[in-house]
Amino acid sequence: MTLPKFDLLQPSTLGEALEILSTTQNAQPIAGGTALLVEMRGRKAEPGVLVDLGRLGDLHGVAPAANELVIGATTTIAELLKNPHVTERASILRDACSTFASPLVRNRATIGGNVAQGSPAGDMAPALLVLDASIELRSVRGKRLVRAVDFWKGPRKTTRKSDEMVVSIRIPLSQTPWLSSWKKLGLRKADAISVASAAVRLSLTADGKCEGARVAVGAVAPTPLRLAKSENALVGKPISREAIAQAAAAAAASSVPINDVRASVDYRRRVVEVLVRRALMEAAWEVLT
Amino acid sequence: MGGADVSERKITLRVNGRTHEVSLPGHRTLLEALRDLGHTDVKNGCEKGDCGACTVLLNGRAVNSCLVLAWQADGATIVTNSGLGTADDPHPIQTAFADAGAVQCGFCTPGLVLSAKALLDANPNPTEAEIREAISGNLCRCTGYSQIVEAVRLAAVRSLKGSGEASHRGQSATDGSHSPSGSRVTGEVQ
Repeated sequence: MTLPKFDLLQPSTLGEALEILSTTQNAQPIAGGTALLVEMRGRKAEPGVLVDLGRLGDLHGVAPAANELVIGATTTIAELLKNPHVTERASILRDACSTFASPLVRNRATIGGNVAQGSPAGDMAPALLVLDASIELRSVRGKRLVRAVDFWKGPRKTTRKSDEMVVSIRIPLSQTPWLSSWKKLGLRKADAISVASAAVRLSLTADGKCEGARVAVGAVAPTPLRLAKSENALVGKPISREAIAQAAAAAAASSVPINDVRASVDYRRRVVEVLVRRALMEAAWEVLT
Repeated sequence: MGGADVSERKITLRVNGRTHEVSLPGHRTLLEALRDLGHTDVKNGCEKGDCGACTVLLNGRAVNSCLVLAWQADGATIVTNSGLGTADDPHPIQTAFADAGAVQCGFCTPGLVLSAKALLDANPNPTEAEIREAISGNLCRCTGYSQIVEAVRLAAVRSLKGSGEASHRGQSATDGSHSPSGSRVTGEVQ
């Protein structure tokens, strides 16, 4: 099916792009286009004007600072996958990139696009939730930082206003060594949308006490979720198979999935428990064995 | 500015070494532009980025051309399957696809050859897992992928032998150049 007609604007500066978004009805930023163009072909989105971010060089790349990693919104998933700072300082984001769609899509899809699209099944979200990342929004009115946990509001709904643009993702870096694991279930091994996904990070003492736990899941609720109940089942206790089983059961209890073409409510709730358990077991493996 | 009156713009596409200037509106895809220029080796499959039939190399990176707006490729260097080689003068990857029996209906082949090219440019000696990962965005409904994986491995092994490097990673491939047609890669590829 052909694309609906639209005007394509290609600003060369961020200021110009923000000006267009603030003065134009029904305008939408486009970067890689791997999600938006598919939605438009299906007439699920019909913006009259697309604002191409491809010429805004300052939105692109990974900049390591002392206490945070700043990832430009138009950095592609393929670039994140190869970036040494991401691998060293935010390995769970690299892991999520490694299962993202296919290499062809990863060469175009951007982290900012995946975040802004707001799909409950978006694969960047659980990793960004457990990294406690913030999303930087800019508009002609100014800028604001929104914590990932506050960014997604419903299926394809985010806190971004129509004149705002996601310009960067900011990942705080801590001295704490975190153990992490990412588990994704799709209908096939590659090039699949998540049926359910789980990201976990654990901070364990030398004798195996859990000092910090972050658990997030995707595709089992109207938004990606960070799961306080699962985290509370772990923090302050020695890590154990029993505590992990409780955290996983809490994940299933906190899920409010939907029936769709990929899976049923019951299946998703069963499987998210398994994914959270496997992710926690993997992260804590050396202490448990 | 609404979406009703869309204006055309002239862009430059460098395709397989030839420079084209084309005028088209902003909602046309790179896939459409290339096929209109006669590059029908770029196949139109799903138009959703699911099948990889429209794969091209865009500034050296394998992408789905159905999900690139033509204006976004203004000034870019594009390589299609026929830019790698022709029937009279095939690229070694194309020869390997023929030799391994990796082509049945052929619709997926141009895209798979380009994904293989992108892989081997970055990683001349890939494992079977790396090959399967690299072609995971290209669907083939005929072959079951075994011969395709063998073809990529065969192309890699031949290239490494040609450049005097021995291969130790892919235990599954042998050159098979002694059998002119249908040379088989033996081993554990399934």
